[in-house]
Amino acid sequence: MKQHTLSVLVENRAGVLSRVTGLFSRRGFNIESLAVGTCEEEGTSRITIVVFGDDREVEQVIKQLNKLIDVIKVSDLTERARVERELALIKVSADPGGTRAEVMQIATIFRSQVIDVGSKTVTLEVTGDSDKIDALQRLLVPYGIRELYRTGRIAVLRGQKTVKSEK
Amino acid sequence: MKTGAKVLIEGLLRQGTKTIFGYPGGVVLPIYDVLYDSPLQHILVRHEQAAAHAADGYARASGRVGVCLATSGPGACNLVTGIATAYMDSIPVVALTGQVPTSLLGNDAFQESDIHGITMPITKHNYLVTRAEDLPQVIAEAFYIASTGRPGPVLIDLPKDVSTGEVPDEIEFPTSVNLRGYQPTVKGHPRQIERAAELLTKAERPLLYVGGGTILSGAEQELLALAERLGAPVTTTLMGLGAICGDHPLNLGMLGMHGTAYANYAVTECDLLVAIGARFDDRVTGRIETFAPNAQVIHIDVDPAEIGKNKSVDVPIVGDVRHVLAQLISRLPAGSKTGPWLARIDQWRAIHPLTIRDDGLLHPQYVVRTLSELLDGEGVIVSEVGQNQMWAAQHFCFKKPRSWITSGGLGTMGYGLPAAMGACFARPGEQVVLIAGDGSLQMNIQEFGTIAQYRIPVKVVVLNNGFLGMVRQWQELFYEHRYAYTELPPVNFVGIARAYGIDGMVVEECGEVREALRTAIAHDGPFVVDVHVEREENVFPMVPAGAAINEMIGSRL
Ligand SMILES: Cc1ncc(C[n+]2csc(CCOP(=O)(O)OP(=O)(O)O)c2C)c(N)n1
Repeated sequence: MKQHTLSVLVENRAGVLSRVTGLFSRRGFNIESLAVGTCEEEGTSRITIVVFGDDREVEQVIKQLNKLIDVIKVSDLTERARVERELALIKVSADPGGTRAEVMQIATIFRSQVIDVGSKTVTLEVTGDSDKIDALQRLLVPYGIRELYRTGRIAVLRGQKTVKSEK
Repeated sequence: MKTGAKVLIEGLLRQGTKTIFGYPGGVVLPIYDVLYDSPLQHILVRHEQAAAHAADGYARASGRVGVCLATSGPGACNLVTGIATAYMDSIPVVALTGQVPTSLLGNDAFQESDIHGITMPITKHNYLVTRAEDLPQVIAEAFYIASTGRPGPVLIDLPKDVSTGEVPDEIEFPTSVNLRGYQPTVKGHPRQIERAAELLTKAERPLLYVGGGTILSGAEQELLALAERLGAPVTTTLMGLGAICGDHPLNLGMLGMHGTAYANYAVTECDLLVAIGARFDDRVTGRIETFAPNAQVIHIDVDPAEIGKNKSVDVPIVGDVRHVLAQLISRLPAGSKTGPWLARIDQWRAIHPLTIRDDGLLHPQYVVRTLSELLDGEGVIVSEVGQNQMWAAQHFCFKKPRSWITSGGLGTMGYGLPAAMGACFARPGEQVVLIAGDGSLQMNIQEFGTIAQYRIPVKVVVLNNGFLGMVRQWQELFYEHRYAYTELPPVNFVGIARAYGIDGMVVEECGEVREALRTAIAHDGPFVVDVHVEREENVFPMVPAGAAINEMIGSRL
């Protein structure tokens, strides 16, 4: 059992996301992370899905995804050299006279931006792989995380290769 | 300008549709208005479930796409069981549903149900059309998707304003469809074909395990050629019956839960199993770990997702069965070395034949055998679900593909009667006989109304045991004879038939069976034979759920 990162290119049609997610729940797969957005080609979207399962199960998921008419291509990036990123927005308690300076310091170490300031909070934006965001999150817990938003993970192959150009 | 409804019907006609099964309602009125003076034949069923099953039966009997039509909300929901049935057996059906106008979508409008969402997991694909001008493309795609690759049902949801919407008269209908997300593989990969040919050439105890995909692909000639060239015995699934002639010496009949003992032994003993358009369903394999334990496995299927899903295989071949078998045959040397293997199977066959007791009592198997003799492989046999289905599968000698129509994957009681109606329209002039149980028949018995109205010449043979027989059998064997809610009070089926204007007769003696069946077959029009069979007869052999398939009960071991 391990995490698999799948990149799914789909026709951008009504219902396509529910087809994809419905398939996962129907076949008993848990989606750990899901990110959807348009991509370089008009009319298509790319869905990046992280699933947990053994190779045989994930192979079955890929085959079932491929059967969906609106799915153009499924690529398993798991064993590939790739860059993965997630983005998080974290609203954390930070009193001007108290912990704010420490929070800002931590933010700097993680190269995260302060994107908003409230009277008793700051909001940080951080990108990175999941581990980095997990680490930041852990460090901020003692200060009081008011709200946390994480996007799903997205991934891209390293170098010249694109998932689209591959067979 | 013309309306979307007109474009829809024109599209159906262009696809070669001649008959559709349907039931009207508010939002499909514009479509019915076009049907009123269209050359398309519309058959008014009595329940939308029957429309879906009839379209499915039509498709199975003809090999063409079956079409059904229902209104929104309850009408559409009533199609669901029929669509799921077609989906499980990979049957090409296009289901058309009316929908509330697009302006009301999502408003919980009167008779609105999200049939697009509801049917997503039970269709190969589905559409919610939002503009009349999309119809030509959607119809072309729907038929293409339903009938190619691994076939399956496609639903098109049609909001009322799409049916009434106007499009230019000269709107174009596509002549071909190209979907980049859907490119079924037809030919087998040469490397895999090569490897398969090597294994086949070496095998001493090969077995061909043939499923419904072989029939869907029209591969009966290639199958026969392969079997004969190799001297390989053939066993079929419930869905594969008819792919090889029932009395061919290489045919072992059905395998699996109610398969023949010799087919199941052959699976256990073979050294090479070739799965052809079959999917290792649990009713076939029993405990999967012990299925074909001594064999290398070649799996041929048009759907890559089936390969390796339940059983790991040595040689996977994705492709259309007919093409792949043709590719394989051309690489196989003639002359077989299976003599000893066939001799061994013949021994099993002699020791464990499918028998029926000859004690003067009216056994249901005898009814099936007599029917088989009288029809001699001609016509179409349709079944309901339960014991009747298994006895039909075991004891009728199917000689041709598409001569056997049954709900395999979903096991839908109430499928048979409407499916038989559909088969009659697909194969006019041929005998269509339904073998029914008294429970299943009552699940769509209202279709006697449709049958009477159109004089659809279905012959209904009820194996009437006054029980939900198959469930009673499980209760007898696994629940200490505790027959919880499985006994059915007597029903006067002939009386019901007569009330609809259909003729029929009751049979209570073994000696009357042959004559009654003759009468039914000779009768011009629909006919019901209500046969009061032995009430507590069981289907044997039987592999208990979860057992290995060579662990059968009811076959003298
Ligand atoms: C719609 C539906 N409901 C329930 C079942 C479960 N089931 C399978 S066989 C069977 C009994 C069938 O009885 P009958 O039609 O009388 O046929 P018999 O087994 O007696 O030949 C039942 C209830 C089913 N297959 N389909």
